[in-house]
Amino acid sequence: MTIAEAILLTVITAATPLLLAAIGELVVERSGVLNLGVEGMMIMGAATGIAVAILTGSSALGVLGAIAAGMALAALFAVMTLGLAVNQVASGLALTIFGLGLSGVVGARFVGVQREGIGKIDIPVLSDIPFLGRVLFEQDPFVYLSVLLVGGVWWFLNRTKAGLVLRACGENHTSAHALGYPVLRIRLVAILFGGACAGLAGAYLSLVYTPFWTSGMTAGRGWIALAIVVFASWLPWRAALGAYLFGGLTILQLHAQGFGVPVPSQLLAALPYLLTIVVLVLIMRVRQGSTAGPASLGVPFVPDR
Amino acid sequence: MRLVLERRPHVSVRLLVLSPLVAVALTVLCGAVMFAAMGLDPWQALHVYFVMPVSDAWGLQEVAVKATPLILIAVGLALCYQSNNWNIGAEGQFLMGAIAGGWIAIATHGVPNGPWLLPAMLLGGALGGAFLALIPAVLKTRFGANEILTSLMLVYVAEYLLDWLVRGPWRDPGGFNMPQTVTFEPEATIPLLFGDGRLNLGTPIAIVVVIVAAILVARTLKGFEIRLVGEAPRAARFAGFNDRKLTITVFLVSGALAGLAGVIEAAGTIRQLQPAISPGYGFTAIIVAFLGRLNPVGCLVAGVFLAITFIGGENAQITLRLPLDVTRVIQGMLLFFVLACDSLVAYRVRLVSREAVA
Repeated sequence: MTIAEAILLTVITAATPLLLAAIGELVVERSGVLNLGVEGMMIMGAATGIAVAILTGSSALGVLGAIAAGMALAALFAVMTLGLAVNQVASGLALTIFGLGLSGVVGARFVGVQREGIGKIDIPVLSDIPFLGRVLFEQDPFVYLSVLLVGGVWWFLNRTKAGLVLRACGENHTSAHALGYPVLRIRLVAILFGGACAGLAGAYLSLVYTPFWTSGMTAGRGWIALAIVVFASWLPWRAALGAYLFGGLTILQLHAQGFGVPVPSQLLAALPYLLTIVVLVLIMRVRQGSTAGPASLGVPFVPDR
Repeated sequence: MRLVLERRPHVSVRLLVLSPLVAVALTVLCGAVMFAAMGLDPWQALHVYFVMPVSDAWGLQEVAVKATPLILIAVGLALCYQSNNWNIGAEGQFLMGAIAGGWIAIATHGVPNGPWLLPAMLLGGALGGAFLALIPAVLKTRFGANEILTSLMLVYVAEYLLDWLVRGPWRDPGGFNMPQTVTFEPEATIPLLFGDGRLNLGTPIAIVVVIVAAILVARTLKGFEIRLVGEAPRAARFAGFNDRKLTITVFLVSGALAGLAGVIEAAGTIRQLQPAISPGYGFTAIIVAFLGRLNPVGCLVAGVFLAITFIGGENAQITLRLPLDVTRVIQGMLLFFVLACDSLVAYRVRLVSREAVA
């Protein structure tokens, strides 16, 4: 394997959890809900995923467990923000704090337990293409799934009626309600989808990326996923671009150290976070300060009868 | 049949007072269920968590020591949240305060210095925290960048900065390669209030800050401006209030208070810098701010309660072998219940038949 191939491979593995979480949050935000609890749902997915996988011996069940855990936390968020019309920012923070704590409790028994990660799927013929073949078509199932999800979400939002209605809820929930669409039910489904995606992203971390559990292993990836959604201007394909960009930044650190660049490791570790800030500022400059986000984003909705 | 929310015609004062208490009660109840599910005697676990920390003089002192940074940070955050500025990076501002104040202590280590040192450190800490908070504020007002994300990202940056400093340039040469700075000299430490224990002058400082903030919020135009910008931004603009300037102000104040908390923790409680000087005070203070209803005096009470959960968590780790994360679960649950109860103060949940809805 050449160095270029190795770098591309690590970029893809670093980007995939970001992309999975971001595409889920993108749908949630398009429906008009800001769920800041991505980090909490993601790490619960990671903890539950590896716990179930170790207890049952099945990676597939682990992944399902992770999705269920993400959705359970998302449901809690939905009860708060949709059912009780609580401030979405505060609820999302609560979800993150709660998820970080609960994951530590769930994962405590599994600290240091090593298991074999989920293997790669080799797509015949295509993977024999020189250079790109091995990088693109000999990947773990999550990578394929993330690309499918991006395409699926794009198709759903832009080519289906349900997607149009979901976007209408995000742009103006009062009008959508007046037209007779069940705003809260649509948002509930979107929030659950976001939870499932965040849980899946967590499963990727604990079952593929580093196949063991450490407390706090998401290390802010949920927050970076939120930044990617802003960067992407709420567009699915741009979210993929953003995720790969950020994935590249995260692994920069590993390779810079490998090449012996004389920079403190802490500076390299802080780089993705610093660059997130820079990117957020740049994207706002490009947009001239006007937010392209859904108009009803983050505003609680209480239907009056 | 379905449940719908209905806005109450007027918010009753009794409910307002009751709601945080109900939230605490529900948290304790859920905590008991969780302990039982973990195979513990719930009574014993609750006793360790909530009663043991306040049952002797030493425990009470520790509660006050832990409550101090929580209260200081929460008072600042409450100002931000009231005016719809979402500073969630107080943890980083706390660390920056410790770094800035600690730098003065380390730079003057071993050279003769006078009584100016400690005030300089406190001021330096406040400035350090304010500086880190200024970044998201400016990025928000100048470029419209989301302050939630930028302030949070800076937490990681501050963590790595502190880590680098105490492992690299500021490491104690005589410290057996441990990642820590020299122990601060007596002139650079905040005086203790009593001979034994760790309670120091930082706690009275926090109480003074609460009193000053309470007066400012309730009795001055600035306090009114903060509340108005948060509750009715359009009205505030018509009234001629500049919301950009206000964003900068509340971020500076909350950053300075978090920084002050950081330098008090470093110079009063720990007396040196280490990589882990905070058990997440900056994040727990968010809960304190909401439990205290974004009111300075409320933050004082809430800060004491959350400090108890920190000490209770440490006790439980030793006596019951519970992971420290249990504390976070309890704190997270508490925030959920606080928010839910506050919503039920404003709304009434009613069961109506489907025909009535349609």
